[in-house]
Amino acid sequence: MAIDVRVPTILRSYTGGAKAVTGAGDTLADLLTDLDRQFPGFRERLITKEGALHRFVNVYVNDEDVRFLGALDAKLDDGDSVTILPAVAGGAFAFAAAAALSGR
Amino acid sequence: MGVLTIDAAILEGIVAHARRDHPDEACGIVAGAEGSDVPSRLVPMENSARSMTFYHFDSMEHFRVWREMDDRDEEPVVIYHSHTATEAYPSRTDISLAQEPGAHYLLVSTADPEVTEVRSFRILDGVVTEEPVRVVNASEDAVQKYLFGQSPTTVDYECRAGN
Repeated sequence: MAIDVRVPTILRSYTGGAKAVTGAGDTLADLLTDLDRQFPGFRERLITKEGALHRFVNVYVNDEDVRFLGALDAKLDDGDSVTILPAVAGGAFAFAAAAALSGR
Repeated sequence: MGVLTIDAAILEGIVAHARRDHPDEACGIVAGAEGSDVPSRLVPMENSARSMTFYHFDSMEHFRVWREMDDRDEEPVVIYHSHTATEAYPSRTDISLAQEPGAHYLLVSTADPEVTEVRSFRILDGVVTEEPVRVVNASEDAVQKYLFGQSPTTVDYECRAGN
């Protein structure tokens, strides 16, 4: 059960600089648990304290956004490719609202 | 200290996009060869927030554009967006959501209908560092429409030979 994972620049400090890593899991949640075992701290960057995927992180299985595949429950198969992209967002929006949105 | 060096034609394209989408915020990237720090391919993106105060790349377009860059050994050298009623300086939202440590964050203000303010920043772990914008291949006319927000000693215009 090997899943190819594309790692964005901002998370490469966890993977020793690697752009692509391999993980295992039947669901996205399982995969992130496995990746966190390999790269401690990795999972925390993607998951909120409440256990949901961060709003400003995009995760794709093959070429679909996991938000349309059940988010953390998205099923994975051997050979799937998972891509993580931090959202590109911002704007002249009020700080309190933005802080609430970003979960920070 | 860094500097953003950008071709006048690409900057014109960014400003045209910002003016076209005004009063909503416009956003996009300029891709360039990995490691080159040269922004060479303008990619205007859809603002899925369609807002005067917020921008957010459409998730599927984001994926397609990033994969295309990957295939071409490119990276996002510039990430740009417009502020349509305020200055071209990163808001607290911009700072807290900036997640591309290698990119030049280019801000364009269209608040003034005549003069476009253009400023460039690095945003790393919540720290904003402004950098000069160096426009290459510009005619004198084109440069005069912009306000670069830097003191004159740090703005560097480079015009075509003969200008």
